[in-house]
Amino acid sequence: MKQVYLDNNATTRIDPMVLEAMMPFLTEHYGNPSSIHDFGGPSRGALERAHQQVASLLGADHASEIIFTSCATEATSTAIHSCIELMPERREIITTTVEHPATLAVCEHLERQGYLIHRINVNSNGALDMAHYQQALSTRVALVSVMWANNETGVIFPVETMAEMAHEYGALFHCDAVQAVGKVPIAVSKTRIDMLSCSAHKLHGPKGVGCLYLRRGTRFRPLLRGGHQERGRRAGTENIAGIVGMGSACELAQIHLPGMAAIGQLRDSLQDELVNIIPSVMVMGGNQPRVPGTANLAFEYIEGEAILLLLNQAGIAASSGSACTSGSLEPSHVMRAMDIPYTAAHGSIRFSLSRYTREKEIEYVIASLPPIIARLRLLSPYWQNGKPAAADAGFAPVYG
Amino acid sequence: MWNYSEKVKDHFFNPRNARVVDDANAVGDVGSISCGDALRLMLRVDPQSETILEAGFQTFGCGSAIASSSALTELIIGRTLSEAATVTNQQIADYLDGLPPQKMHCSVMGQEALLAAIADYRGETLADDHEEGKLICKCFGVDEGHIRRAVLTNGLTTLEEVINYTKAGGGCTSCHEKIELALADILAEQQAVPITFIAEKDPHWQEVVDAITELRPHIQADGGDMSLVNVANHKVTVSLSGSCSGCMMTDMTLAWLQQKLMERTGCFMEVVAA
Repeated sequence: MKQVYLDNNATTRIDPMVLEAMMPFLTEHYGNPSSIHDFGGPSRGALERAHQQVASLLGADHASEIIFTSCATEATSTAIHSCIELMPERREIITTTVEHPATLAVCEHLERQGYLIHRINVNSNGALDMAHYQQALSTRVALVSVMWANNETGVIFPVETMAEMAHEYGALFHCDAVQAVGKVPIAVSKTRIDMLSCSAHKLHGPKGVGCLYLRRGTRFRPLLRGGHQERGRRAGTENIAGIVGMGSACELAQIHLPGMAAIGQLRDSLQDELVNIIPSVMVMGGNQPRVPGTANLAFEYIEGEAILLLLNQAGIAASSGSACTSGSLEPSHVMRAMDIPYTAAHGSIRFSLSRYTREKEIEYVIASLPPIIARLRLLSPYWQNGKPAAADAGFAPVYG
Repeated sequence: MWNYSEKVKDHFFNPRNARVVDDANAVGDVGSISCGDALRLMLRVDPQSETILEAGFQTFGCGSAIASSSALTELIIGRTLSEAATVTNQQIADYLDGLPPQKMHCSVMGQEALLAAIADYRGETLADDHEEGKLICKCFGVDEGHIRRAVLTNGLTTLEEVINYTKAGGGCTSCHEKIELALADILAEQQAVPITFIAEKDPHWQEVVDAITELRPHIQADGGDMSLVNVANHKVTVSLSGSCSGCMMTDMTLAWLQQKLMERTGCFMEVVAA
């Protein structure tokens, strides 16, 4: 069966060149980079090279500003905890309502310990309320943590401006750049961002490895204590194969960066064609700057899991912010934060492309999806005779 | 990706009776778009025999909501209204070879639509359990009546099960304590008659009943409960519930009861948990 993978914001396929770079470190080069003997040498060299490769993609000035971690979640946790430990007199944190759970759950935990958490709202386009941000800033704020691009909508936030603003109040700025690295050019040294998290498996690298960028001169407290690995900033024997994979993936991502424009065009054609063919569709964050590969479409009056099941049957992999797919009973926190009408929030589908996505695959999706939507709408009591059911003549359920 | 049974998949990909019944004389609408699932059940009922001649549905919802609607129509076509009224959500789930726990509310929605349609046919304003009792879950508009029926029909005992079957508490979670309190009330009522009488009474029956009656307040004080299941050939079977289930001290409780029974009856008695 034909298979089309459009869930690259969840994870990506590993680039064969990345795998090739990793293989020796899963086989003959098994030495510990901390060892003094000859077995440690190749691992130590590879580790240094990977630092440089990642620093180069992020536009960091120094390779030592990169701290490898087990994932971006660990990097984010490290950043937040380090910051609040160093600034115990500052008891407020600013984040957004649409952050990844890696940030939100840590903030909730700190809230229970007495921290005041400001969660900046977004409007229905997915854009941050900058007036709200300005209001929340004060010298009581220890840290601002905002994502570079949202994972569900792809909307890019003005993190560079926000970092400048944070520094006016002496607050540190952390950026979750998981969905932006390798998709938009980043020159972190030119910004006032102090810490930045990213992950290898979102850019055709392996799972189980991420990194924290830590600007030189930024005070820091490690999350994991133990050995002196990563200059004592992240203890634990390095996942050398994973780190080599991340380095290699970053180098390749830099080479492929100019090709992102073409992915953006493919995304636009997918989204525009579907909006033309299918009635009652909303593009989430469609009028905002977005990362090139992400299109989040809300198909009104039908439910996302049902769409995904039929797409899966057609060999197409996407994801949904609907309640039923997440195991929760409410639509995703991003859809709720954007205040998308319930008619649409339950039917939101995220397509995320990668450099492996081909035009004929997009054509296949454009051909396959309209009959699926029509079929489910035929089943929906909110949709009658090819259009939304009239409020008076239609469906009058006994509760809700 | 989805742990749906083959039957659920079949009824989702090939739903039975997914159509508008134009001359329907019994229509049940339940759910809401904000909850993420809603169902209209349409029946054509023979006025003489009250037999359901035709059933059709329209459903807004996930795969299991559509499959549950489809299963419901298959279960009720050809039955009389009073026969159909006895269909439970568990039967809908069983017909589909089971539903994942967090999807059980889909089968509950099917049963509710059926009751709504029957009420519509009879010209009754639906004795709607959503109007009963106080509203517990504001996110999904679930009240105590709805929770009560789900608990009693399906033998639910935990908060998590109530969420899976009714959706109550699945949103902002602020009503979890209210659900737990309601659940405790419902379970306590159920156990108002703790002793299940068995047709053939053992000669020691009454002594056992007396001993348990004496012991119960102490167990209840610790948030647990005990009921008598059977007495036969010096073997007493009891059922433990509430905080007793899974408690490490359960063996102590049973040993204590055993000791008391032997003192009372003057012979060996074995106590086991059902």
